[in-house]
Amino acid sequence: MKSMIIAFVAIAVLAVAADVVLDNMGFSTREQTSGPSTRNG
Amino acid sequence: MTLHRLLVVVLSLTVLFAPASWAEDVATGVEDPRAATGGAQTLEDILARQRGEAIDDTFRSEKIGDPDHAARMTDQLGTLGGASDADMYRSLRYGSAEVKVSSRSPAAGVLIQDGGMAWLKFRQGPLLTYGGYLLLGMLVVLLLFYLLRGKIRIDGERTGVKIMRFNSMERFAHWLLAGSFIILGITGLISLFGRVALIPLFGKEVFSPIAIAAKWAHNNIAWAFMVGLVLVFVFWVIENIPNRTDLRWLAKGGGLFSKGVHPPAKKFNAGQKIIFWSVIVLGVSISVSGLSLLFPFQLPMFAATFEKMNALGLPQLVGMAPLPTDLAPHQEMQLSQSWHAIIAFVFMAIIIAHIYLGSVGMEGAFDAMGTGEVEVQWAKEHHSLWYEEVTGEADDHATSPAE
Repeated sequence: MKSMIIAFVAIAVLAVAADVVLDNMGFSTREQTSGPSTRNG
Repeated sequence: MTLHRLLVVVLSLTVLFAPASWAEDVATGVEDPRAATGGAQTLEDILARQRGEAIDDTFRSEKIGDPDHAARMTDQLGTLGGASDADMYRSLRYGSAEVKVSSRSPAAGVLIQDGGMAWLKFRQGPLLTYGGYLLLGMLVVLLLFYLLRGKIRIDGERTGVKIMRFNSMERFAHWLLAGSFIILGITGLISLFGRVALIPLFGKEVFSPIAIAAKWAHNNIAWAFMVGLVLVFVFWVIENIPNRTDLRWLAKGGGLFSKGVHPPAKKFNAGQKIIFWSVIVLGVSISVSGLSLLFPFQLPMFAATFEKMNALGLPQLVGMAPLPTDLAPHQEMQLSQSWHAIIAFVFMAIIIAHIYLGSVGMEGAFDAMGTGEVEVQWAKEHHSLWYEEVTGEADDHATSPAE
């Protein structure tokens, strides 16, 4: 059962990491869809 | 008097030539079906559209004004530059307008996209209905199977000895894929059925945070699913290559439908191989369409796919017209979403059956993925050839599978 629990933790870690990394790489909706003369939200 | 004569001449000419041009039209069979509306759509056009018939709407898509013959600036409507407001809206709707926007999004220049209506109707209609029926149908089939066949028990006497079936890395890969799949399935269903099933149940205030959380989870957990898919493929592909044993296993229905029948199988039986290849094929397809949705408008894939399908003549084979290859950015997204959801329903239906057989449906099956070790008697009954390979011991069932 240890492998199962480690896998579930890995899912959470990968999800948070993906969110942070993509955001820092400029893949947020805000950065992707707005320019200097437009604003979202 | 001169003016009077001139009028008579003009009138005579009109009378002389008018019937001639009319006769010409009749002779060539050309008759403008929209003459009565001055070229605008007729009641027949509207009714045909409402019946869902495809109509040739070039009479509208091409009527977008003529800037080259625009009225002079000082004349009436001159400021419109040869295109009336209606002309302009038509050019926006049919995607021929030159739109300049300061937003960076590739789709920002599409101001009207009426193909979205067909997608919305599909998403709220057949997708929900048939997708829902598919999942419920699978649950009913499994319930009937359980009632008729019952839990598949270990027939022989338990030995109390365990044998390693899946090591910790294999189990990690399986649960990475399985755990992420279950969350993706639930959050996907929340997104799809939210409006029709959850909002009426909880109200919009409660559904809103659920929808936001579901979207975050769905978008970000997708990566764990893709990693799990690659790992599972690498670990198990060799043992899932079909062979002759699978035909014998399938011929006996895998022993699923009759007690005491255990056709021989290696590490994976034919049923598991079907699950494996379904997971790989559907998993890749759902991942690619999912990536297209994760990075909106940046990974369009349908125009290129349709082009290849047309070149191979696939749509023509089934009597369809060639598929459209000039797709608006939104259309690409709509097709990706529809495809993603169709694949997801098929995928979920298959996995529900897999979960059933791996848990309540078969005694001793869960241990393989739980602790990784299975009861020797279970291994002998369900994977006799694999048992022989691992232990070097011959098994009775392998030699007399029809027992």
